[in-house]
Amino acid sequence: MNKFDYLTPTSISEAISLHESYGDQAKYIAGGTDVMVKIKEGKISPQYVISLRHLQGLDHIIYEKGELKIGAMVTHRMLELSPTIRKEFPILIDAVENIGSVQIRNVATIGGNIVNAVPSADSAVPLITLGAEVRAIGPKGKRAMALEDFFIGPGKTLLKGGEILLEFVIPKLPPHTGAAYWKHTRRAAMELPILGVAVLISLDDDMQTCTEARIGLGVVAPTPMRAKNAEAILKGKKVDDEILKNAGKAAAQECKARDSIRGKAWYRRDMVELFVQRMAIVAMKRAR
Amino acid sequence: MKKVSVSFTLNGDLVTAEVLPNWTLLKTLREYFELTGSKEGCGVGECGACTVIIDGDAINSCIYPILEVEGKSVTTIEGVASEDGTLHPLQKAFLENNGVQCGFCTSGMIMSAKALLDHNPDPTEDEIRASIAGNLCRCTGYVQIVESIENAAEMIKQEK
Repeated sequence: MNKFDYLTPTSISEAISLHESYGDQAKYIAGGTDVMVKIKEGKISPQYVISLRHLQGLDHIIYEKGELKIGAMVTHRMLELSPTIRKEFPILIDAVENIGSVQIRNVATIGGNIVNAVPSADSAVPLITLGAEVRAIGPKGKRAMALEDFFIGPGKTLLKGGEILLEFVIPKLPPHTGAAYWKHTRRAAMELPILGVAVLISLDDDMQTCTEARIGLGVVAPTPMRAKNAEAILKGKKVDDEILKNAGKAAAQECKARDSIRGKAWYRRDMVELFVQRMAIVAMKRAR
Repeated sequence: MKKVSVSFTLNGDLVTAEVLPNWTLLKTLREYFELTGSKEGCGVGECGACTVIIDGDAINSCIYPILEVEGKSVTTIEGVASEDGTLHPLQKAFLENNGVQCGFCTSGMIMSAKALLDHNPDPTEDEIRASIAGNLCRCTGYVQIVESIENAAEMIKQEK
């Protein structure tokens, strides 16, 4: 493992100014479950590792007037054990319960998972589907971005050098909204997904007509993506089996699945078609 | 690179270690304190052989930066039995139920199981399996391990 100095700033401004001083030689670390592994495997070799664990006010879960704020340093385990998340945002439980192990979830942060920006990031797909905005702070001040636009390629985000994620904000959802996520894997634990499918559906007062539909897909493109053609098929319709099937087919067509060691493109497309339908059914059940 | 000092509670005792800033908790435990019960399997947080408990939570010590331990309380397998040598119910149960074969995963298994039972004294089989999902055993097939943890939960209940 390369030698590095480990710095533990206690304020955001101190962390940013340390990063400014060391530039490319510096690397922020949150829970470290990705950064430490990358260092050990020699994929990165920073001279200065700057810990974000001692910054105050980044580990909040606040649900107020329908809006949910999740601090970037919230661990996956904190989300998993939060009664509010379990009751109001079960789609996030679908995702975080199946990430890594208890040991990893106790340490790994939601902000770290997003910044790491692997196509298989399990927390990204539900958050995009929930319409999350991400707030960051850097040398030039604060800014907010739609999480959907945040990923620009495998391992690449809009985040610029020295910027730190502050929180995710999920705006109030319409009434009668339900959402669900499916992580498709070969085994139950310690797996990266073959693909991930999230569906959010809002229903009209008749509990049948879809007023809002969002579909998020993971692993089947270089970044997490929305299946907007499939969403358009659902919106405004009374959802029945036929419409669900068409939405599934549209999502399978618009995804950019490739062959990889974890699954073939044709299989991934077939599973996208299937799980868009299944997750839509779970989402509608949760909406009612 | 200069050594720095880090102070924390280790198995109930306040300790200070002189470490390099790039060390992990596991390296410090094994090489500085010579507590070799915690094992290095994969070294990247996949196998759980290095599991220890920090402030009540099971973590992988092989990817835990040592300087993050400052001021915290760490429990390793060496701190699980009583000072007089009486084994913890989990240790007894693993011995009695053949929860140990080669033994390499055992310390990590027991630490994960201890973190579970400390929070949830009456877990279901599913909860037990979820708690050790990050602890790989290549010998037992997990059946005896799950039985050992169930048995330990029973012993702890009877002690009370």
